Amino acid sequence: MSHLTDLPTWAAIVVCGLVLLGSAIALIGSLGLLRLPDFYTRLHAPTLATSGGVILICTASIVCFAVLQSRWVFHEVLIIVFVIMTTPVTLMLLGQAALYRDRVEERRGVPLKQKPLPEPADE
Amino acid sequence: MTELAIIWSILAAQIMLGLAMAFALYRMVKGPRAQDRILGLDTLYINAMLMLLSFGIRTANSIYFESALIVALIGFVSSIAFGKFLMRGEVIE
Amino acid sequence: MRTWFPYPLLSVGLLLIWLLLNQSVATGTIVMGTILSVALGWVTLKLNPTRSHPRRILRTLRFSASVILDVVRSNIAVMLVILRVGRRAPNSGFLTVDLDLEDENALALLACIMTATPGTAWLEYDRRRKSLLFHVLDMENEDVWLQTVKRYEAGLKEMFG
Repeated sequence: MSHLTDLPTWAAIVVCGLVLLGSAIALIGSLGLLRLPDFYTRLHAPTLATSGGVILICTASIVCFAVLQSRWVFHEVLIIVFVIMTTPVTLMLLGQAALYRDRVEERRGVPLKQKPLPEPADE
Repeated sequence: MTELAIIWSILAAQIMLGLAMAFALYRMVKGPRAQDRILGLDTLYINAMLMLLSFGIRTANSIYFESALIVALIGFVSSIAFGKFLMRGEVIE
Repeated sequence: MRTWFPYPLLSVGLLLIWLLLNQSVATGTIVMGTILSVALGWVTLKLNPTRSHPRRILRTLRFSASVILDVVRSNIAVMLVILRVGRRAPNSGFLTVDLDLEDENALALLACIMTATPGTAWLEYDRRRKSLLFHVLDMENEDVWLQTVKRYEAGLKEMFG
């Protein structure tokens, strides 16, 4: 009927488990975005969706199509590589931007910028 | 039998991912500050990409995987641009 | 050789990504990918990145294994914190630690590792003071986090030393 009919039982169990686990982790990550109290704690939540969710769901897809051999699975590998390489950069930049804005607005509870040390003489 | 199990579990996963997208969208609309909105947008991108991947497993159509790749890259670039904007008020310095 | 391939590893990686994106090993794809990867190697030369030489493959493998284990453990810990947040507010806070890493690429790798771990987020690094400000979601024990960062630092120093 469809391509999924040809999947052996063990592969089907693995794919089901990985897909459900991955989406549950992504859901918990977004729930953290909703429920955590301030920005700096919320900054930790999306990492859950990217490191857990993306890897598990891509692995499910790799297992499914590697067993079926109906299409190449390189795109999933590329998605995993790109997401793992790019997410830390985004979150780091957002954290720095938030810190900068909070310092400009002089909010409480944000660590102050340390005074810059004097320039070394040999520069 | 296996087909039915996979279809149902993918449906459950899609419901969970839809809920996750709704949470991220709420954070994006509600704020309270600009950096929260950008974080919400970034999470929305990731969840949308996962949704495309689950459709891809369901239908075995490689268009879904290519679009997931593009969504991931464009989401990264746009989040970086927004973050730069928050930091300095300009995108290119 | 160096004038043609300023960054051989980067060029090979780009060619590999090009082939994976196209999902073919036809002659045209390989030719186009080679031209692109060599040209982008020259472009990278203009950007003038710092060179460093990672050594000791075995140690690198062991270090990455310990990082992956930490990421998995921290994923589970953060999930529990999020699920319990209604009953118990997370005890989060900022920490500073002094680092002793000279290599720019090692610092970049440390930043990526710490941000990819869900429990910690890299915020600011002061180059003059060599001190790092980072945010921790669940600060049950400050010393444990400081020791974790120190352990990463030692591992990276071994790799790039």
